[in-house]
Amino acid sequence: MARFTGKKAKETPALNMGSMSDIIFMLLFFFMVITTMRESSLYVKIIPPQGSEVVKLEKKSLVSYINVGVPLPDQQKKYGTEPRIQLNDQIAEVSDIITFVELERNARPEADRPDITTAIKADKQVRMGMVSDIKQELRKAGALKIFYNASKGGRKK
Amino acid sequence: MARKTPGLNTSAMSDISFLLLAFFLMVSNINSDMGIARRLPPPLPENVDPPEVRERNIFTVLVNKDDRLLLNNQYGRIEDLKDRAKEFLGNPNNLPNLPEKVSTEIPGLGTYEVSKGVISLRNDRGTSYDMYLQVQNELTAAINEMRDELSTTRFGKKYADLNKEQHKAVETAIPVAISEAEPTKIGGK
Repeated sequence: MARFTGKKAKETPALNMGSMSDIIFMLLFFFMVITTMRESSLYVKIIPPQGSEVVKLEKKSLVSYINVGVPLPDQQKKYGTEPRIQLNDQIAEVSDIITFVELERNARPEADRPDITTAIKADKQVRMGMVSDIKQELRKAGALKIFYNASKGGRKK
Repeated sequence: MARKTPGLNTSAMSDISFLLLAFFLMVSNINSDMGIARRLPPPLPENVDPPEVRERNIFTVLVNKDDRLLLNNQYGRIEDLKDRAKEFLGNPNNLPNLPEKVSTEIPGLGTYEVSKGVISLRNDRGTSYDMYLQVQNELTAAINEMRDELSTTRFGKKYADLNKEQHKAVETAIPVAISEAEPTKIGGK
């Protein structure tokens, strides 16, 4: 037995960390591919309603967003506590929507213009009066393809 | 004699890439835009009356400011809405009080009895967006189920698995017949 006990305990060899960075980079690229950049910070709080029949929004480059909701707590001094509309990165009025649609339309190539979709991202507490006003403005502006944002979920009881 | 280059210490590399990873996780969001797609009707030209529609071809859905439903002038529950809508649009027994059908030649599907029924959806200004979306969701569910049934009997596949022409045929056979009333100023808030 002396052959075994006599030897000093072997030191653990250092782990080779060389491929660690490869793995992390792979993760990084994975996340870069499946995610999109946050376009603008929201000033309004939006909890979308849930629906079971929701579909994915196609052609994200042709989508312009209209956000509707109560301003966030730190914005309430400036914008009040009633639901407001946010277009791009500023709080706007219903009457601004036509101009907004025009701007968005002009920013897109001519061939894609019929496919432009306007996504209405509204909080579930928002009253339909506001949404109806928005819809009427969109009709006037000729942006007829719309999309009601909702999250996937079962029917609420 | 050339000296052997010592191995580069790459352990900090993973730290850097972790940092990058964390950064991208922060500033990005997973593509989560889901929802219900609809088409708005073009604005009505002035001095033109909307076309008359027979009463049997209309199913009215009213949502009031307290989020309560009125289906064809009776109180209704959201749970029943899908089945009521399916029954109305499908009219399986050809009842005289449910919508008429028109035989239409649809390419890829043959002759199909397309329902003339229209679901008329009207809401108050005080209706919550949540309720409105639930109603839209149920109506979409009704149409989707009918499309699924049709494509399973005709093509043996679910609607979502059909090819483009078949999609179009089924869409023509069962259109999204939801009409939204011009908004009124009732039930304001």
